Amino acid sequence: MNNRKPAAGGLWRLLSVPLLVFFLLPLVALVARASPESIAANLVSMPVRQAIGLSFSTTMASIAIVFVFGIPVAWLLKSPRTRLERLTDTLVDLPTVLPPSVAGIALLLAFGRRGLLGPGLHAMGVDVAFTTLAVVLAQTFVSAPFFIKSAAIAFAGIDIDLVQAAELDGAGAWQIFRHITMPLAWAGLVSGLVMSWARALGEFGATILFAGNLPGVTQTMPLAIYIGFEANLDIAVTLSVILMALSFTALLLAKALLNRSR
Amino acid sequence: MQNPLMAHVPEIKRPVIIGNTALLSFGTFVFVLLVLLAACSPAPVVITLKVFAASSLQDVFTKMATAFEAANPGVKVAINFAGSQQLVQQLAQSASADVFASANPAQMTAAIKAGRVVSGTAKDFARNRLVVVMPKDNPGKLQTLQDLGKPGLKLVLATKEVPVGQYSMDYLTKTLNEAGFGTAYRDAVLKNVVSYEESARAVLSKVSLGEADAGIIYLTDIASDLKDKVISIEIPDALNTVAVYPIAPIKDAEQPDHAAKFLEFVLSKAGQKMLSDYGFATVTP
Repeated sequence: MNNRKPAAGGLWRLLSVPLLVFFLLPLVALVARASPESIAANLVSMPVRQAIGLSFSTTMASIAIVFVFGIPVAWLLKSPRTRLERLTDTLVDLPTVLPPSVAGIALLLAFGRRGLLGPGLHAMGVDVAFTTLAVVLAQTFVSAPFFIKSAAIAFAGIDIDLVQAAELDGAGAWQIFRHITMPLAWAGLVSGLVMSWARALGEFGATILFAGNLPGVTQTMPLAIYIGFEANLDIAVTLSVILMALSFTALLLAKALLNRSR
Repeated sequence: MQNPLMAHVPEIKRPVIIGNTALLSFGTFVFVLLVLLAACSPAPVVITLKVFAASSLQDVFTKMATAFEAANPGVKVAINFAGSQQLVQQLAQSASADVFASANPAQMTAAIKAGRVVSGTAKDFARNRLVVVMPKDNPGKLQTLQDLGKPGLKLVLATKEVPVGQYSMDYLTKTLNEAGFGTAYRDAVLKNVVSYEESARAVLSKVSLGEADAGIIYLTDIASDLKDKVISIEIPDALNTVAVYPIAPIKDAEQPDHAAKFLEFVLSKAGQKMLSDYGFATVTP
């Protein structure tokens, strides 16, 4: 009877092969198609460097916003009890299930020139659509849930006894947050931030609809890949490989951080 | 006998179903898998004609497909609309197709080079031209083509990687030698571009939403349902590019007979009538 367990395990392993191969094959094809010379040559080309630079700066801005404004939301949702809190929790989930194109149209209708806030913003001299700011907003919209969810779980995992002990010893709210909450939740926060960053880096649909496509201003790597596919497959493949490598590294990093904290 | 896989389950109230829960769930899993496979089994035989067509043909080809299906029972026309370049890329990567309708001869040549279309089998079937389009309330207050260079105007063009974007660039190049335009005009217009969109349709969407003050698209694009949301300025023949649309059967088509029939239909009187209904200039001599 003891031999059943490994046999069943082996079968499960065998059955997991098709999907894993399905995941791996396109990635292998992509890497196989990209020659190192072409990657090297494209890395120094102006459009590629512009796209990489813009992707880097906008995603950094996005995760900064996600971090600062996401922490309070995550704190609020660490253990949703009331109906309103559960509703908020679902609201935060929404951007992850919405197709990005829906997010793009919604952002345009909210912040565009003719959108809900458009006239008000325009009066203040701010036009959002077609600017780098629009890229950041699109990325923030689709990526924030990943951080909020991860941070909420991290906050929920903090031992309440520790907090109460600190309170008893006269620690203020900020001190508790700074010296107990943050250090204990840190791994969860960082891994959530990395997930958010990876999602922001890959953001395409909302960006092209809301921010448009202008090299150096709104053309991030995914947009350059899409436009490149219509003209220059080499550039598209190079950018794809770089994007894939960055995302893979980011995810590995997040997992390593999570494992270390366990 | 103590089941090793159930060892962690407390002794009380252990449900006695089948000896091994792991195998039970495994059996369930295989069953679901089989059901899924059965659901994927082939449907009743219907011939599918795969047409790869340029985005700008979306409205008219959708209508043509319906008419073609009505005239040829048992045939279903599936159309893949995308930028002509993108379609050629897909064809070059061996995408399965029967007919290719391009928005310019250059991409038809590319399809021939990729070995998917036989040289000499392509036929021109429609012509199109460019037009400047603005939101109905004209927030940029454009009156003439010269106004495209007005400082601060938000102009949206198609990216030069797609034919309509290349034609827009050709328009700017042609203005260089035209009285009243010139280099300063071209530079001012390019400075006003806030986005290079992926297709004429995307340009039109941004303009009809009022996000952009103006855009350059195909004349046929405003024949679609957005007609009442936008106004336009004509581009004279001397500056315009007449876009020629070629269509060809795919060399290794799965449905060569129906592909030929579809081409025949597009070039027929009825087909050409539909094209002109949607604003295309036809090729009938």
